[in-house]
Amino acid sequence: MKKVIMGNHALSWGAQLGRAQVIAAYPITPQTQVVELLSEMCANKTLDAKFIKVESEHSAMAACIAASIAGARTFTATSSQGLTLMHELLHWASGGRNPVVMGNINRAMAPGWSIWTDQNDSLSQRDTGWIQFYCSSNQEVVDTVIQAFRVSEAVMIPSMVILDAFALSHTYEVVDIPDQEKVDAFLPPFNPPIRLTPTAPHAFGGLTSPEHYFELRYKLQKDMEKVPDLVEQTGREYEKMFGRYLGQVEDYRCEDAELIFVTSGTAGYTARVGVDQLRQEGVKAGNLRIKMFRPFPFAKVREILTKAGKVAVVDRNISYGHHGVFYQEVKSALYGRDHNVPLFGYITGLGGRDITPEIYKEIAQLTLAKDKPEEDITWIGVKR
Amino acid sequence: MKPKKKVEKIVFQSEKDVPLMPMSLGSMLYNKTGSWRNIRPEIDLAGCIQCGICWKFCPDISIEIENEFPVVNYDYCKGCGICAEECPTKCIAMVEERK
Ligand code: SF4
Ligand code: SF4
Repeated sequence: MKKVIMGNHALSWGAQLGRAQVIAAYPITPQTQVVELLSEMCANKTLDAKFIKVESEHSAMAACIAASIAGARTFTATSSQGLTLMHELLHWASGGRNPVVMGNINRAMAPGWSIWTDQNDSLSQRDTGWIQFYCSSNQEVVDTVIQAFRVSEAVMIPSMVILDAFALSHTYEVVDIPDQEKVDAFLPPFNPPIRLTPTAPHAFGGLTSPEHYFELRYKLQKDMEKVPDLVEQTGREYEKMFGRYLGQVEDYRCEDAELIFVTSGTAGYTARVGVDQLRQEGVKAGNLRIKMFRPFPFAKVREILTKAGKVAVVDRNISYGHHGVFYQEVKSALYGRDHNVPLFGYITGLGGRDITPEIYKEIAQLTLAKDKPEEDITWIGVKR
Repeated sequence: MKPKKKVEKIVFQSEKDVPLMPMSLGSMLYNKTGSWRNIRPEIDLAGCIQCGICWKFCPDISIEIENEFPVVNYDYCKGCGICAEECPTKCIAMVEERK
């Protein structure tokens, strides 16, 4: 069934098709429609889930964790200030191995108060032990939520499905809504190996001495390392059933590229337009869109970028006192490789300023003009 | 007091044996936190009206009801004094630990 829906509703549809059993969420601009539609779905009984109204995002995540420990498939959604209010509980969900799936709408952090997009909210949750997927279309949002449940439940690690404020959250696109029966075949009910049950009572998350804490963390990392292969396999299986492949990265015209952009989110979709225009002008450009940021797709990034002439990483975020976050990550993935491809870092589009095809042209010009980068951050679009 | 279950402290030798989730493995049966206390509640049962308020309020689940009267479990009671504060007949006294 094809429907024209907004990005936020794509998250709700993903949760409904995935048959989430417990939803605890708190509304925040620009995420509100996710929760609105989910509450309607619960009221209309198209989704057989318990909808828990809470007084904050911190409580929303706490409720999701508890429901997940009890063995329920659990979904929530938030954005920006709400996500960062959850910070403590994000560690709790991953450390407790609760495969909650959460939508996050990328919205710039205050102050200055903003409702527009950038990635600093979710990227500052980088080390919380969550899998992170960045989407660039509403179709990808629906497909990612469904696959995120499967991947998360297989490794017992929570997932964040991330989309840009307004550029995707409020943008209407045609989405092929998968058949419920086929989704049910792809995604069996959640059946965790350990759960809270009166027949085998346990306390979860209690005091853990130095004798065992270290091993818990070792196991979390080891399971995180299984995710790249799992995302590939899950993606291939999904592709067989639904005809669309997700995977860790999207490689657009990279094979013979002298210049590869590294992008994410909707800016990664615009990059394809930039690449096509540059190619018309005779510049062999390509685009590597990072879909899965955590765990970082090291193998894919190395495989594709070591063949490039030059790489321009486009960050809609900044790690203050360091550089753009994707730039750091790509650098760490390429460090110590035989092929020393010149890596250029660009920061643009903070706080919802548009990233247009013209920006990609400007970045291409700047990158091609130099043999090696002279600075780690080149700012694009600052009024000076 | 009912006799407590005796347990051996569990120490895993390999990460493979450690459960995926941080969960109780009976550690509180040997980790007796009552030693943190420096004042202790003492209940004068002569004044007790068996209302169960102390049992309900104790944040450490350290008051048990035995033969319909409250009994403090000193293995875990931290001496916070909430039971004494809440007792309607004031029959719980907080007294200095003797050593
Ligand atoms: S002093 Fe505090 S911990 Fe001890 S029994 Fe009373 S309420 Fe419980
Ligand atoms: S609160 Fe006081 S009166 Fe009530 S059961 Fe406890 S000791 Fe007895």
